[in-house]
Parts: sequence; C-alpha cells; structure tokens
Amino acid sequence: MEAVALAPAVLFTIGSLKITTTFILQIFISLFLMTIFLWVAKNWQKRPKKLQLIVESIIEFMFLQVDKVTTNRQKTLKVFPLVFTLFIFILTSNLFTNIPGMGAWTILTSEGIKTPLFRSVLADYSAILVLTLITVTVAQFVFILTQGFGKYLKQFLDFSGPINFFLGLMNLIGEIAKILSLSFRLFGNVFAGEVLMSIITALVPFILPLPFFVLTLFSAVIQAYVFAILSTVFVSANIVIKE
Amino acid sequence: MQLEVLKYMAAGLVMGLGSIGPALAEGNVGAKAMEAIGRNPEATDKISSLVFVLMAICESTGIYSLVIALIILFA
Repeated sequence: MEAVALAPAVLFTIGSLKITTTFILQIFISLFLMTIFLWVAKNWQKRPKKLQLIVESIIEFMFLQVDKVTTNRQKTLKVFPLVFTLFIFILTSNLFTNIPGMGAWTILTSEGIKTPLFRSVLADYSAILVLTLITVTVAQFVFILTQGFGKYLKQFLDFSGPINFFLGLMNLIGEIAKILSLSFRLFGNVFAGEVLMSIITALVPFILPLPFFVLTLFSAVIQAYVFAILSTVFVSANIVIKE
Repeated sequence: MQLEVLKYMAAGLVMGLGSIGPALAEGNVGAKAMEAIGRNPEATDKISSLVFVLMAICESTGIYSLVIALIILFA
C-alpha cells in the first residue's frame, strides 16, 4: 500500500520554491487544455468535426446550466468564462488520475517513502485553495464594481442599530465560511476518493475495486459541476444589472 | 492510553458521528425530490439538476468531519 500523505512529494527546489509532483501535473493539464481549446478556436468550422463537437457540447451544456441558475442572459455572459474555466480544469484534473497506468509510476521521496509520481492535482489542498480564493475575490470585486464601495462596506459595518451591527458581523463570518466550505468540499471528496482507492486496491486487487472506480468517475464529474454551480451562485448574487 | 490509540478512536468517532446528519439530510432531499417528480414528471430536468447541488451542500458537514478525521490520522 502506498503511503497516504496530505502534502505532495517535493521533486526538487528552485531557491526556496518547492517544485512538487502536483505542480508539474497542474502545468501539464493547463497546457493540455489550452492546446485543445486554442486548436478548436483556430480551426473553427461551420460543419463541426469530432473534437469541435465534443468541446461545443460541453460548453453548451454548462452554459445552459449556468443560465438556469442566474436566470438572466446578461449575468450568464459575464459569469460564464470564469465558471467554465473552473469547471473544465477541475473536471480534467479529476479524470486525469483515472487514466489506467497513471498510478503505476512511483518515486522515492527524500524520506524514502514510495509515492505516486502523477498524484491527483486536487488532492493537494493549496491548489483548491487558490481556485476558491479566485472565486471569492472575484465575487467581492464584482460587488464593489456594480454596487459601489459604500454599499460594500455597509454590508459588514452597519451602525443603524445593534441588531444590524450584529448581522453585519455575521455577514463577515459568512464570507470567510464560503472559502472554507467551498474548498473543503472539493478537497474532502477528492482526497477521500484517493484514500478509498488505495485501501481497496491493497485489500482486494481484482474485481471488487470496479464499482468504486465507477463511483470515483461519477463523483469527479459531479464535484466539478457542483463547484462551478456554487461559484456561479456566489458571483452572480453580487452582480446587479442596470436596466 | 497511548496517543496513537486515542488518535484512531477520535478519527473513528468523528466519522461515525459526523456522518449521521448528512445521511439524514441527503435522504430527505432525495425522498422529497422523488415525491416532487412523481407528482409532476415534466419538471424532472429542473429538479434533478437542483438535487445534485442541494445534496452537495447537505454533504458539507460530513466532508468537514472527513477532513478533520484525515488531519487527525495523517497530519
């Protein structure tokens, strides 16, 4: 059984910057996605071929889902680029570890523990924290840009009465809780999947892991969807479209 | 008792107690969604996309306890 660790293995260091296994895989996935989407955009045809059909159907599915949540086409057009980027990145990095043979390459870390070379990107908490911080920061900036800085401050510091003051403080806690709930949900699901798979495959290597593989694939898609929809809710709640 | 024994016991307790709430909540969400679909089958698309999001939100307390259990065990 491979060692289960919260922190990813460090491959080498540049100065004080640690280059971890997840970092390399993350860069690789980003390049992979960029190549596919740029290629499709460059070779866009009126009669789509295979790759363009796949990409367009994913985009259309997500667009309609986001449209259902925001219930306003203008809001959807504003929110969609961010949300779709999060969705496609989480989806690809979740599915990437399910490619057969990805877990077969192992390396020895400096402490002499065997760890898989291609570890799931999102089993590293720092990656998820960055994605969550982007969403929550964008939500704050969108509020300031569309409704003004005064209204933004009044959300948290309201001196019109003791109850309103208390509710303002609760809003402040709520914003911090958003970061925790959004990031822990994704991290818990992905990391629990990794631990479950390594335990099951160590106990019974054949046949029994199959339903768990299906469950992992299912939750990979569902978690990407849920993360995207929740960030849509957070960001689009702060947008006010002027008539 | 040794610290190691306490750690394993705490992780087990965290998971066991922490998963009661989400299990009940998710069961409730699923049951009510099925009821709604049974009453109004045309709304299946709208309901099923909401069910996934709501279930994920109900799940979050269970996930918190999972994260805490993992931190107790591995960190």
